[in-house]
Amino acid sequence: MGKGAVVINENDNVATATEALQKGSIVSMYVGDRTIEISVVGDIAFGHKFAIRDIKKGENVVKYGENIGIAIADIAVGEHTHVHNVKSQRGRGDLYKKSRRSCEE
Amino acid sequence: MKFNGYRRPNGKVGIRNYVLILPTSICATKVAFDIANKVEGCRAVNNCYGCCQIGNDYQTTFDTLVNTGMNPNVGAVIIVALGCEGLEPLNVFEPLQATGIPVSVLVIQKEGGTVGAIRKGVEIANRYAQDLSKMVKEECDISELTLGMECGGSDTTSGLASNPAVGVASDMLLAEGGTSILSETTEFIGAEHILAKRAVDPTVGQRLIKIVKDCEERAKMQGQDLRGSQPTPGNIEGGLTSIEEKSLGCSHKAGSAPIQDILQYAAIPPGKGLYIMDTPGQDVVSITGMVAGGAQIIVFTTGRGTPTGNPLVPVIKVTGNRQTYEKMSDNIDLNVSTIIEGRKTIKEMGQSVFREIVDVANGKKTKAEELGHQEFSIYKTGITY
Repeated sequence: MGKGAVVINENDNVATATEALQKGSIVSMYVGDRTIEISVVGDIAFGHKFAIRDIKKGENVVKYGENIGIAIADIAVGEHTHVHNVKSQRGRGDLYKKSRRSCEE
Repeated sequence: MKFNGYRRPNGKVGIRNYVLILPTSICATKVAFDIANKVEGCRAVNNCYGCCQIGNDYQTTFDTLVNTGMNPNVGAVIIVALGCEGLEPLNVFEPLQATGIPVSVLVIQKEGGTVGAIRKGVEIANRYAQDLSKMVKEECDISELTLGMECGGSDTTSGLASNPAVGVASDMLLAEGGTSILSETTEFIGAEHILAKRAVDPTVGQRLIKIVKDCEERAKMQGQDLRGSQPTPGNIEGGLTSIEEKSLGCSHKAGSAPIQDILQYAAIPPGKGLYIMDTPGQDVVSITGMVAGGAQIIVFTTGRGTPTGNPLVPVIKVTGNRQTYEKMSDNIDLNVSTIIEGRKTIKEMGQSVFREIVDVANGKKTKAEELGHQEFSIYKTGITY
């Protein structure tokens, strides 16, 4: 680590900032054996994530090589990736209630 | 590897040596604390229930109280009851007495109320505490240790640094023949398929999937979005986006050992190795379950910072977030942020977590112990009648 951001698994489409990153700064990080450089679109707080490639609306957001939610908007490379543009798919009783209601209707 | 501990009559080993003042219901809790506060070496636990409970909810409270009395850090027990509660003191007394440690029952209604009960309780507590103070520690194998693993106030450093470091420490303890408990079923949601592959056999894997599914269904049946509580606002501010991301980070505490079995809340592991306990994601409730399960020591990772301790068991706090450590060094024992900064490896910091576990087992006080943090909360699984 110690390169400003970390990508945990080669299949990830997001990186985690290991220091606060200023808008426009170029961050280098390892993806497997490769090193990539990404210019962050906005300020990224310590510990927050940004996309390392374009993620289309409806696509899975992947960290640790696993799905951590679905993009609810197009996310551009370098863009902050968090609750405003990613939704969890688990424990969603609100969706369950809606689907149950629509069945009853 | 060896450490020095207190050998109990049933062969188990404590790393602390307390007289437990155990209230069987909320009506007895104040008296229990008054007794504990008057005699050095005594600890009371907070019981808000114990009456007007039925079924599983009753059983969970009962098991938690009895098994907490069996925690190896307890050398003697005084059970304090009001006298008319549903959770009957004699039912608690019998299994505790069978372990061979001294146990007494004190009934407030028979002792002339609060003042009489405290007077008698203090007399007994004095005698027990004095006897325990004469115990000499003996050399014991590290395999006698059961480690409870907890995370709370997580942020993205938890999954990157503190949880993997604890995973290394847990693997080291297991390699020495010890036992570890991974808890917080809510925080397996999204990572259960990975953990299930590590089960010793497919049945155990299926049981893990089932407890996670049941937990998720309970949220769904309420028509609620789990995101109302998971991740918490602090988790989100710390960069965690979803319960899936939080869970994938949490599961790193489990290191790489095979999962032996799934335990009910407050159940004692039947053997050595890594176990999963079905507890909620609420830290204090989860730790209480593992303490009842016989964990003599807890390692608690945090990103945002937390003060939590336990009345009977030392809680070692570990963070991978340097800012949090600097802000809350009163509460946090170990700073592993050097992993994030690329100055140390996960393995190196995992070894320091393991060394801290051994030091604390040998008697080093944790910051939560020094500050008197003694949180204890029993899992409530049903409504009260």
